[in-house]
Amino acid sequence: MSRLLVYLIPFLVIAIFMAMARYERRFAHDPTHRGFFERNGTVLGIVFIALVAFWTLFLVVLPYLYMVQESFHPKLVAADRGGPKDLLTLEQYRSFFIQPSDGSVNGTHIWAFGFSLVVSAAVTSLNFAICYPLAYYMAQAGSVQKVRLLMLGLIVPYWVNEILRAFSLRLMLASKGLINQILMGLGITDGPVDFLGNNVGLYVGLSYAYLLVMVFPLYNAVESLDKNQIEAARDLGAPWWRIHKDVVMPYAKPGIASGCTMVFMLSAGSLAAPQFLGGPKTLWFTSIVYDFFFQAFNWPRGAAYAFLLLAACIALVMLMLRLFKVSLGETIK
Amino acid sequence: MSSQTIIKMMIGFYICLFFGYLFGPLVVMSITAFNTPSYPAAYPFEGFTLGWFVKLWNHRAMMEGLVNSIIIGIGVICVSVPVGLAASIVMNQIYHRARSLYYLVTVSPVLTPGVIIGISTVIFWRDFSEMTGTRPILYKGIVLAIFGQSSFIAAYCLLIIMARLQRFDRAQEEAALDLGASYPQVFWHILLPFLRPALISASVIAFLSSFENYNTTTFAILADKTLVTVLAGEVRQGTTPALSALAVIIIGISLAGAIAYEVMKRHEERQSAKNAMQAKIAEQADLAHAVVAPA
Repeated sequence: MSRLLVYLIPFLVIAIFMAMARYERRFAHDPTHRGFFERNGTVLGIVFIALVAFWTLFLVVLPYLYMVQESFHPKLVAADRGGPKDLLTLEQYRSFFIQPSDGSVNGTHIWAFGFSLVVSAAVTSLNFAICYPLAYYMAQAGSVQKVRLLMLGLIVPYWVNEILRAFSLRLMLASKGLINQILMGLGITDGPVDFLGNNVGLYVGLSYAYLLVMVFPLYNAVESLDKNQIEAARDLGAPWWRIHKDVVMPYAKPGIASGCTMVFMLSAGSLAAPQFLGGPKTLWFTSIVYDFFFQAFNWPRGAAYAFLLLAACIALVMLMLRLFKVSLGETIK
Repeated sequence: MSSQTIIKMMIGFYICLFFGYLFGPLVVMSITAFNTPSYPAAYPFEGFTLGWFVKLWNHRAMMEGLVNSIIIGIGVICVSVPVGLAASIVMNQIYHRARSLYYLVTVSPVLTPGVIIGISTVIFWRDFSEMTGTRPILYKGIVLAIFGQSSFIAAYCLLIIMARLQRFDRAQEEAALDLGASYPQVFWHILLPFLRPALISASVIAFLSSFENYNTTTFAILADKTLVTVLAGEVRQGTTPALSALAVIIIGISLAGAIAYEVMKRHEERQSAKNAMQAKIAEQADLAHAVVAPA
């Protein structure tokens, strides 16, 4: 029953979409307008539509809806699926708040959820602080040659994959790692500092992983700002911090929003950094989801948790965008 | 010392710090690949060895993973570049409000955490392949990895191709149509060559993002493996300089790619400067001709 609904929703959306397209065409009054198939040829038109339909339906919308649908089902073996035991239930969501085994409050998971979101937000602001000066320098002050070199310098480390980057940080921060060797060699500390255990490794790893994601939107946004505006502000006697606060940042707001949104979403959903740089006691929310799939084999509960994470992330991002008065469309460009 | 110099020095210091943060760990890791101790250490440097590269070469699972990663990467290009192209053309031809709904659906995978894309792909194809009886063909790690990754990589391709498509001059299309070309001919002979640079960079980006993806792949790959999932398993078990050796190879290839790109870009610039010069000369010749002719 619920599965039928899953297939119905996309068709409803397509119907709305078609109606919208038709309605808007009627009111657009474009005399040169030609229909979609006329403009692309029938065969090509069909191929385009088929490709887009395959993507949006089978790779995007239906999987999402299936995941949501799965989260409202109990955990069953394959044979029972679709049988009389396969009822809709809120059990998986309830288990996030209350332990199903003994009825106590599920403190660990709620804590991990909050911890992941708070740390992601902190990493986002940290990355903004680190990247803004560089993006500003590249966009407004550097020469063309220098900027291209810096750009390459930024991109090359990101061709090394996430896991190896986490591994390289682990080599630096481990108790036998280089930083501890230096600290002990200089006599600053007597024993090794447990950077991985106290989560410093996790914070550094997350920040390191998503530097690039912050730099580029910022750079793109600041780059199109007319230098004369900054000159004018300077001539009128504005100190440097007011130039940034009142001229550059308001102008670059869509880029800032875009960079922050991306970094926040990526770090809240990251798996590699917490798995390889987190301490043994660190509970990251996506790691819990991972364990539900690979250790407990409880897919419905994993799906429910994943959906909770997605909903929370979207809600937070929307809230921030609303606060800073940026539209979502501007953000993704 | 003037305040100008101080500011310049501060900027220089900051940039050094930034790139030190970026490259430092990679440099340290590269050194450990050539050092003899079996625990990857950069200091003290006990002896130079290439043994870790040999060990890497003999690592069966990693080589299997590498082959799978390449197959998946090619598969992702084959799915997501055509989809991105079609999606950008459709996007270009619809109106305002319908376009924002369409935009929301097509770009949402970029913002969705990879873990969620992986999970939803597996759940959907498990049920769908069971329902349609295609389980033996479709419910496979490699196929699901291609589908899961394409879901968001196609959106990257869409954004890249869109950016170029927006600069397309509709007058070219009109001219071709006036000269008697059919619509498919316009697509194959005018639009596609115009989009070629974007299609190439979309393919490169698609392959690279597929190759290094972890979050989505770790779910979608099921019982198979890719290079990255094998790596993740290795890192979880412990640390060995063989991983550093792999990183050295990847860094080497990246650097070579970066240099090649830089050389190509410079060559292209010189070429286009030359073309512009020639065009200018030709134009001036035409102009001179036009001025002379009426007399």
